[in-house]
Amino acid sequence: MSTLPLPGSIAVERRVPPLGGFNLTLLQIELRRRLRNKRTVFFTVAFPVIMFVLIGAKYTNEPLDPGQPVSAGGTSVAAYAMISFAVYGAMLASTAAGGAVALERALGWSRQLRITPLTPAANIAVKILGGLVLGLLAVLATFTAGVATGVRMPWQVWILAGLAAWLGSLVFTALGLLVGYLVPSENVMQFMGPVLAFLAFFGGIFMPLSELPELLQAVGVWTPTYGIGEIARAPLSGEAFNWLAVGNVLLWLVLFGAGAALAFRRDTKRV
Amino acid sequence: MSENLMVRPMVGAPGATPAAVEASGLRKSFGNVQAVDGVDLHIRPGEIVAFLGPNGAGKTTTIDMLLGLGKPDSGEISIYGATPRAAIARGQVSAVMQTGGLLKDLTVRETVRLTASLFADSRPVDEVLQRAGILEIGDRLVEKCSGGQQQRLRFAMALLSDPGLLILDEPTTGMDVEGRRDFWSTIRSDAARGRTVIFATHYLDEADAYADRIVMIRRGRIVADGTAAEIKALAAGRTVRATVTDLEQAAVAAVDGVDSVALHGGQLTVRTRNSDAVARYLLTRTDAIDLEITSHNLEDAFLALTSDDPGAAGE
Repeated sequence: MSTLPLPGSIAVERRVPPLGGFNLTLLQIELRRRLRNKRTVFFTVAFPVIMFVLIGAKYTNEPLDPGQPVSAGGTSVAAYAMISFAVYGAMLASTAAGGAVALERALGWSRQLRITPLTPAANIAVKILGGLVLGLLAVLATFTAGVATGVRMPWQVWILAGLAAWLGSLVFTALGLLVGYLVPSENVMQFMGPVLAFLAFFGGIFMPLSELPELLQAVGVWTPTYGIGEIARAPLSGEAFNWLAVGNVLLWLVLFGAGAALAFRRDTKRV
Repeated sequence: MSENLMVRPMVGAPGATPAAVEASGLRKSFGNVQAVDGVDLHIRPGEIVAFLGPNGAGKTTTIDMLLGLGKPDSGEISIYGATPRAAIARGQVSAVMQTGGLLKDLTVRETVRLTASLFADSRPVDEVLQRAGILEIGDRLVEKCSGGQQQRLRFAMALLSDPGLLILDEPTTGMDVEGRRDFWSTIRSDAARGRTVIFATHYLDEADAYADRIVMIRRGRIVADGTAAEIKALAAGRTVRATVTDLEQAAVAAVDGVDSVALHGGQLTVRTRNSDAVARYLLTRTDAIDLEITSHNLEDAFLALTSDDPGAAGE
């Protein structure tokens, strides 16, 4: 240590930072942490790409609707799979971003932050933005793999499906935050990974819900994965807008968001 | 400590600036346990105050309330005239916790940069790294740092906002002797600029050497509050010994602060809370010679004031 004497006396008049302490350095370091975690990067970016390439990419000429061949402008099974895996990747990414609060609580970092000017709202905003950036990476990676393996869709479908997969993942940032504030575990994704895979299976992400038995279909529309998948793939089919899917997304967003807010309050009271 | 007092400017002049800490009637319970049971504190800007007390005495609970991490069940706290949260939002108070509070996957410099970005005004990152003695390990991941290096990192983070009040919970745990000495010289150079410091410690010698004032807490209450010398005198008093030939014991016993008088074969032993008065009396009114005053050390005072049996004091 060096005892450089500092000039001047301690300031009495002081300022409060704008935006509750939110700033780009904070966001940048948050993202750097997410990307430094090899496990997160693998499951959010590499895993959906690998799944798509192994399972979906070979169907670039297989029409989803047998009456509409791909060569005649029909949708390929590969396009359907690509969007589904993009949704899945964004889901994992945003859950991991929100769930990171569990580790930060376990390490005492949340407590440390509470003796800085950073407000809880600003801190949660950083988690949400981190989830969005990571989710965007997952969507872009899967779509890039789609382009590379020959998936062809009208440009507006790329954009609409991409936006839906990306923004829909906010539901899962909320879920990640909820779980992160509830459990004392250091790595939330160790058990959220299987849970999300299960939900993806029964929510029509890995395969169309219509291929499941009727009873499971009835249950499946209530899973938090159903809505996003439907909305993201809606631009493909051009079918009438699915209000059930929108309701599903809003319902889970509200439930997870409120749950996360309650868990957060309980947590800060205890600390 | 006297040197310490001399270099301190009179930033704490009454009425000039609000008290660094003004707390009254603080109470906080957890279930059936009354952790803090009526604490009043008035700390002037620039004071270095040690919190001493056994484990579970309520030191950490009190500190948490000063930092706004815990809400008192009743009582008022103001830090430089503001609520704890408002003081923290302005970077007016910071703290070094004993454990945790660090992200393992960041480097030392990233941790400090991140923390610096949260304040409206902050000291330069390299400056606090240097003052905490970790400039050369800035690129090291936190998980690769030793306990002492992590403690220096926490200290660097606490220096960023150049706070008016710095709260330290067992600040030098894990530091070697040299590290501890450097740490205190940094603390004292900042105290000279008007920084108020409150530290909880179980190193009694550290409290004795560096604090202007010691606040002893036991069972959620303040049992003693004063300079190290006052505390020592308060707990067990001092013992005054002298050789006398002619003495009226009752007159000595009547001197202010005397607890007991014993005379054996010309050897007088007086236990007193005011050794000055006894010495003055003996030297001016009697033929006492070879006068000797011994004080009990802070350890004795600590044990006496914080043990459940006050009679066990100072042996």
